[in-house]
Amino acid sequence: MTDPSWEALSQQAVAAAGAVYFLAMLSHLVEWSLLRKVPASAEVARVSAGAGGDLALDESGTSGSSGTDETHERRVLMAGRLGLLLTWLGAGVHLVALVARGMAADPNRVPWGNMYEFTLSGTFVVAALYLATRRRFALGWMAPIVVATVLVLLMVAEIWLYAPVSPLTEALNSPWLVIHVVSAVIATGAFTLGGITSVLYLLKERAAAKHPERTTGYLARVPAPAVLDRVSYRMHAFGFPVWTFAVLITGPIWAHEAWASYWNWDPKEVWAFITWVVYAAYLHARSTAGFKGRNAAIIALVGLATLWFNFIGINFFSSSSQHSYADASSAVASPLD
Amino acid sequence: MTGTDLDAGPGAGAAGEPRPDGRRAGELTPRELGRWAWRQLTSMRTALILLLLLALAAVPGSVVPQQGVDALAASRWREDHPRLTPVYEWLDLFDVYGSVWFAAIYVLLMISLVGCIIPRTLVYARNIRAVPPAAPRNLGRLPDHASYESQEGVEEVLEQARAELRRRRYRLRPVEAEGPGAGAVSAERGYLREVGNLVFHLSIIVVLVGFAMGSLFGYKGGVIVLVGNGFSNNLTQYDDFVPGSAFSADEMEPFSFDVEDFEVEWLTEGRARGQARNFVAQLRYREEPGAPEQDYDLRVNHPLQIGDSEVFLVGHGYAPVITVRDERGEVVASGPRVFLPQDQSFLSFGVIKAPAAEPDGLGLEGLFYPTFVNIGGDPVNVMGDTLNPAISMLVYRGDLGLDGGRSQSVYILEKDDAEQVTKADGSPLRVDLQPGATQELPDGLGSVTFEGVQPWVRVQVSQSPGKVVALVGVVAALLGLLGSLFIRPRRVWVRARREGGRTVVDLAALDRSGGGDVALVLADIVESLRPAAEKEQ
Repeated sequence: MTDPSWEALSQQAVAAAGAVYFLAMLSHLVEWSLLRKVPASAEVARVSAGAGGDLALDESGTSGSSGTDETHERRVLMAGRLGLLLTWLGAGVHLVALVARGMAADPNRVPWGNMYEFTLSGTFVVAALYLATRRRFALGWMAPIVVATVLVLLMVAEIWLYAPVSPLTEALNSPWLVIHVVSAVIATGAFTLGGITSVLYLLKERAAAKHPERTTGYLARVPAPAVLDRVSYRMHAFGFPVWTFAVLITGPIWAHEAWASYWNWDPKEVWAFITWVVYAAYLHARSTAGFKGRNAAIIALVGLATLWFNFIGINFFSSSSQHSYADASSAVASPLD
Repeated sequence: MTGTDLDAGPGAGAAGEPRPDGRRAGELTPRELGRWAWRQLTSMRTALILLLLLALAAVPGSVVPQQGVDALAASRWREDHPRLTPVYEWLDLFDVYGSVWFAAIYVLLMISLVGCIIPRTLVYARNIRAVPPAAPRNLGRLPDHASYESQEGVEEVLEQARAELRRRRYRLRPVEAEGPGAGAVSAERGYLREVGNLVFHLSIIVVLVGFAMGSLFGYKGGVIVLVGNGFSNNLTQYDDFVPGSAFSADEMEPFSFDVEDFEVEWLTEGRARGQARNFVAQLRYREEPGAPEQDYDLRVNHPLQIGDSEVFLVGHGYAPVITVRDERGEVVASGPRVFLPQDQSFLSFGVIKAPAAEPDGLGLEGLFYPTFVNIGGDPVNVMGDTLNPAISMLVYRGDLGLDGGRSQSVYILEKDDAEQVTKADGSPLRVDLQPGATQELPDGLGSVTFEGVQPWVRVQVSQSPGKVVALVGVVAALLGLLGSLFIRPRRVWVRARREGGRTVVDLAALDRSGGGDVALVLADIVESLRPAAEKEQ
């Protein structure tokens, strides 16, 4: 295959992945809307207890056993399974898009050389991490949100960030591109999932404080705040060392090779450092009296805000950053002092 | 983080002295005050607030141009904001990361960290050899507990439990007999979590030490070297030089190099048309005067290491060779002049100063086009390769401000006291030349000749002592972090007692990190302990 046809394939795959994710989101929405008929209190117990991650009603369900209930349960089950299947399919097509994007470049390279490609990879990591940890952390409740987030980010990437395939600028042409950026992408994906959990923790906690007995709607299906807190912690605890590796180990090593100094206080570095410090504060806050729970979750969201600002904001607002690969300014022609 | 409470207690003040009478309630002796302050500083809450403050304090440095990062941007900012500049300077906002207030935050954070780590280390040192605590009387009261019945005897069950827990790398408490027909096993694991935690925090101090070594004794300097010219490593040769606070020029290694050649590969097709890649500067260097000459192909991402110094290729550009003659025909300016690239197409800006010209000093300012194309009368630069080089410059005559003894940038022409040279019709004179061409200036002022183009490379030389220290520190910090996040300290108890011809086995597990889910762990242990025969029942 020629490079242009690889690029076309990548484009088509992104579009197809978007469509499949959209269908997955619809399935999950159907699943949730069907669940509205089930008494909420019974559902809470089941969702938070189920280690399998399936929202589907299990046999020991307390929602009666009449015929209509059974078909209803089967529908819920079907919708959930269809949604999951479609998410897997979407992620598979998404992966094809990434690989094709890498193949389209001459010479072939990793598909994260600019913001569009970074977003493409980052959203894939979000979807993949969700699918990988879904069972273990019982993340079934997260499905519609994750799929919607991935879909929205993919659309943003296509509409505002799209850039045609082009060779890397000289300074990016290094093995460290693979290792530095891939770790940053993975950490970003993990922090994003952790952030989604933290938002839900805050909502659920508030709802639980207001009406301890009768939370309704979507929040009723979300696990208890303590479970959300733990899932959020696990996501962040995974992301933090990876981020440390990306920002404080591989970043400086590469910076030293490319720019003669391992830490330059470049805006991107400053914000990566800020993100690191904020997430370090989150990890501490989780075990400090007076900061546990609510405040810790807020700190985690501040961390996510700094992360995304660093990714998007710095590239557009700071012209002085040596990391501003949003436009193709060559790092080699850096302005002279 | 220090576990002690705030109560200093009566008599804790002046040790060995009777408490002075007449002290008001709540009054603290200096020593008590010191202890109170120390405990405040080393509390987790303070550490947390300092962490958030550190994050906040780092923000201005990404907004305001930093002197040490981009001196040009910083001086431009100063010129544009004359009113704010004194305030910003007072606040050290042009050097946030070297400022007193930024240092105050991280020094307090480090003190807080040390004050937190030392007591923890002592506690840990005492606990490292401790045996797991005895089983609580009622295991059913723990949040995670289980129980099953077995046909086997108490001793057998306990022995199996010991073997199983040992296999799972738990530390066991010596045998506890609890009277006839009963016994318990107490086990604990995850002792290394605290080690990880300590290593992480201590490593941060190591990183800081390494970083401090770099900013004290290191240096970083940039220089533009014309291809064909040489450079020797001493202060006078640099265009810009940022020394560490405790840097001394003796530390500079006496190497020298010549830039023999510089090659760029320009992409002429595809989407990245006009982009350059595969920059190679061929260096011939000596480690010290008299040492043998060696060759090195200097490329981006591939620095040359000479002793403790490293040489990096960070930029390139063009230096048009221009000769200026005055009205007498004397050469008043000649040779290559470094022009600075303005954009990716290497459209470059530069000036030429000829103060010695007669009758008036002459100054030229303008652009260099590596690949010049005339599109509808407008000069356009197509790409960075020198396919059709041209210069287009404006000419000034008069006082160029060079006599005052003030230092001037070689890239800026001071035109305040100079007069623009115009054509007969009064419009500004533009000198547009291609290599080899000469243009006469009006009124017999002289002539300008564009002889050719010489490329230049921008080279950065740096010495970063302590970089290995910092790297080792940060790697150790990561390992410690992994330990402190993923090693789960747990206690497991198994108690067996004889009851009506069967053995009742109670188990309980406790997670001590607050992040773990021990229910699954407990279920797993129960699964492997229950005899296969009884599972089927």
